Amino acid sequence: MTQIDFLHLMPLIILTLAALLNMLVVAAWRNHKIIYVITAVSFVAAFLSLFELRGITAHAIEPLFVIDGFGVFYIGLILATALVISMLSYAYFEQREEQKEEYYILLILSTLGACTLVISTHFASLFLGLEVLSVALYTLISYLRTRERSDEAGIKYLILAAFSSAFLLFGMALVYYSTGTMTFAGIATAIADLQELPLLLLTGFGMMIIGIGFKLSVVPFHMWTPDVYEGAPAPVTAFIATVSKGGVLGLLIRFFMEVDGFRYPTLITIFSIVAIASMIAGNLLALLQTNVKRILAYSSISHLGYLMVAFLAGNRLGVEAVTFYLVAYFITTVGAFGVVAMLSDTERDAELLEDYRGLLWRRPWTATAFTAMLLSLAGIPLTAGFVGKFYVLAAGVNTQLWLLVAMLVLNSVVGLYYYIKVVAVMFQQPEAEAEPRPRLRPSIYLASVGTLAVLTLLLVLVGVYPAALVEVIQQVFASAPVMAGR
Amino acid sequence: MILLWMIVILMAGGLLAWLSKKWHPELPRWIALFAVLADFILAVYLWLSLPASTLGASPWLLQLEIPWIPQWGVNFILALDGLSLLMLLLTFFLGILSVLVSWREIRTKSGFFHFNLLWVLAGITGVFLTMDLFLFYFFWEVMLIPMYFLIGVWGHANRTYAAFKFFLFTQASGLLMLLAILGLYFIHGSQTGIYTFNYFELLGTALAPEAARLLMFGFLAAFLVKLPVVPFHSWLPDAHSEAPTAGSVILAGLLLKTGAYGLLRFVLPLFPTAAVEFAPWAMLLGAVGIIYGAILAYSQTDLKRLAAYTSVSHMGFVILGVFAFNEWALQGVVMQMIAHGLSTGALFIVAGFLYERLHTRDMGQMGGFWAKAPKLGVFALIFVMASLGLPGLGNFIAEFLTLVGSWQANNWLTVVATVGIVLATAYSLRIMQKVFYEPAPSDHHLPDLSAREMLIAVPMIALILWLGLYPQSVLDTAQPSINQQLQAYQEPEAKEKVAVVEVPAVELKVEKAENK
Repeated sequence: MTQIDFLHLMPLIILTLAALLNMLVVAAWRNHKIIYVITAVSFVAAFLSLFELRGITAHAIEPLFVIDGFGVFYIGLILATALVISMLSYAYFEQREEQKEEYYILLILSTLGACTLVISTHFASLFLGLEVLSVALYTLISYLRTRERSDEAGIKYLILAAFSSAFLLFGMALVYYSTGTMTFAGIATAIADLQELPLLLLTGFGMMIIGIGFKLSVVPFHMWTPDVYEGAPAPVTAFIATVSKGGVLGLLIRFFMEVDGFRYPTLITIFSIVAIASMIAGNLLALLQTNVKRILAYSSISHLGYLMVAFLAGNRLGVEAVTFYLVAYFITTVGAFGVVAMLSDTERDAELLEDYRGLLWRRPWTATAFTAMLLSLAGIPLTAGFVGKFYVLAAGVNTQLWLLVAMLVLNSVVGLYYYIKVVAVMFQQPEAEAEPRPRLRPSIYLASVGTLAVLTLLLVLVGVYPAALVEVIQQVFASAPVMAGR
Repeated sequence: MILLWMIVILMAGGLLAWLSKKWHPELPRWIALFAVLADFILAVYLWLSLPASTLGASPWLLQLEIPWIPQWGVNFILALDGLSLLMLLLTFFLGILSVLVSWREIRTKSGFFHFNLLWVLAGITGVFLTMDLFLFYFFWEVMLIPMYFLIGVWGHANRTYAAFKFFLFTQASGLLMLLAILGLYFIHGSQTGIYTFNYFELLGTALAPEAARLLMFGFLAAFLVKLPVVPFHSWLPDAHSEAPTAGSVILAGLLLKTGAYGLLRFVLPLFPTAAVEFAPWAMLLGAVGIIYGAILAYSQTDLKRLAAYTSVSHMGFVILGVFAFNEWALQGVVMQMIAHGLSTGALFIVAGFLYERLHTRDMGQMGGFWAKAPKLGVFALIFVMASLGLPGLGNFIAEFLTLVGSWQANNWLTVVATVGIVLATAYSLRIMQKVFYEPAPSDHHLPDLSAREMLIAVPMIALILWLGLYPQSVLDTAQPSINQQLQAYQEPEAKEKVAVVEVPAVELKVEKAENK
């Protein structure tokens, strides 16, 4: 590796060092605040180091990584989200009894895993990134050990994730057997002349899709989602819903674009079925829930279905739409779980609909932020979610995926129903005046409130003036060789 | 810029009203009142300062264009023509009334109420002004959420259900329109290479018949649900009767008009051939709606539900007129939009006044109010007469022109529609009979109209009389833009049509003279 290579991997190196440093500090002196500051600073530093990489065409670190505009953008997105989640975590964990410090080490590690994924060009780095992400997540999910559902969630995720990793590995092995290479570019050349996928290769791809689909929690690999979302601490849930899925999606786009999987009708059919099933099952099951975290879990399943529609468009507009939608979805989801985290008390998370009754009259600003997040998830104008959905629809209509677009529209309406249901609960008069909870120290409280305020403003800003974000995305992808010629 | 200011004043006023609740509980009302009043004055000023010469040449009076999302060809385009101007006048007039009727009715959370009220009005203003399809959809949706809250928070007993239903119906149909907008965008883009949502550029798009039909149905879905046309009307009675008075006034007076406006502005000029194909069916739906709405209105016992079904009936005339494709009918439609906004708005206000005094909307418990509250009685009588189409009041002109126009297009359906007017007489007179003339079932204390309520009633009466006695000013304002919408229908057969088109314009004036 040369010096240039190091420079290009700077964000990942900063994260690794931060994890090590945290571990040493914990060994010497346990202090929540210090660990938190180290974590936040390292996220910021890693994010800032990306600015050095702006505008680069593509730098390949053979054979594992390529750092291009696409990768830089996704890493930036992941780091920014991780930073916001750590901000929200501070207040959340400050009021809890458990050892808090290791949480941040795990958070950094899993972020590192997600960052590795989006710049991988080789099966080895892919699997490495995925496992770093997952192993840290096993612990994060069951971090609050004493709580009722946390073991269940942790074990469930552990077993299913290990299972899906096995599928992924087997799939990779089959692809390697058929093509003789593990680099994405090599696979692309190996199958470039094939009109149809041979059965063995198709099986390999199919098994990989199972592994990836599990991480993205698309139907029919979604079973774990509601339980894990419910059992995990609210900030961790936000992390699973955003960073973990975003990293895997970035990888999927890169791999599919590289090998040009859109040529094969079989694969398109599989993805179309997955997309439609995710939209329908996610939305219909969400209708039946009374637990806010479970509602958000099912809604995230359906949102991944919407994303698949743009992904299936398979051209540059589609990838732009996926990326834009992802940004909007990240802001919204982190914001929504941020509200859940903020309202949670020491014993349990604020997850029942009952906890939100009359919130608008008790805590108007929090309720306004939550309403904005829900409306954005529903795709109502003035929010980022609307522009994102518009982008996705445009990509779908442009490629004439009429069935998928029609399903998307239909499901948006179904989705609207349960988002509005939550909003309606917040607007009802509370039956009994709940006794005010003792607030945390103002400085901690402000960190959460400030973060939420920033998220809400971003949400409205992207919704009202999306041109800036669109321009950034278009520029970034213009420099990515993967997108060339599309 | 003046157009942008209209929207900005409403939105800023809304935010300010919400925040000002902290300083003084009455402040939101005054802020809302002044914001809408300022817009009303702006609109009246625009109307009065119209140079007569611009009318007739180009229908567009004012235009504003700011790039918004240049990558997608989305521009912030606002443009004003006679049709939009009339709709704006109606919007702000009813807006002022809505603030006034809520003065005593809305006791809780007045700050948030006025925020929602002003943002609905801002959304409606945007819908009437924008000439960019992306922006149109944007405003179309912006007006939904505040309306949802108006119904869901301050409505009557069954408000949550009604608010849900309203929201889901309009949202679902709106999304279909979004698909159609996108379809049009990409078809136009692939033909010309210019990807834009600009209405003026999209106007000339050549569409294959099949594509035109599908796209038109996308637009129609949104507008027919909003209007509403009969099979899609079921959200309306619930939403209207559960909403607070101001909400009902805005729903009946303005939201329904956005559907009619959309038909005039988008469906007619964008899809001329497909619209002609669809016309007989649309007119049939209109005629069915007129009769069906009237029959259901007659069988209601809830005063607000009754008024809601009269809207279904009256909106039947709108779709009947729109798809007759001639100047007579469209003038009638524009008149109907304004007159119906006033008359139905007034009926809801009467129902609101009664509800404030009696705490019931059930007509079975009313009766004998003529003697107790003569001013209220006169107010109600005038608008009941307007609603049944008494000559001298605005609705008569509207229905007359619509029927004359639609007769040229389809004789039999016009005959059916005319029967609807007879039915209108039946249900309208029933209101007067039941509420004001019959002996009282119980002894209510019923104070007559207060000064504030007179302030609401008198301008409405003056306007509906003006519309009925001297409609020429409205017809003149609307004419250039109506001709614009009809251009696509006249060009192919211009030679034969010229004579036909010229004559009614002359006759129209003669007819008005007689009316005076």
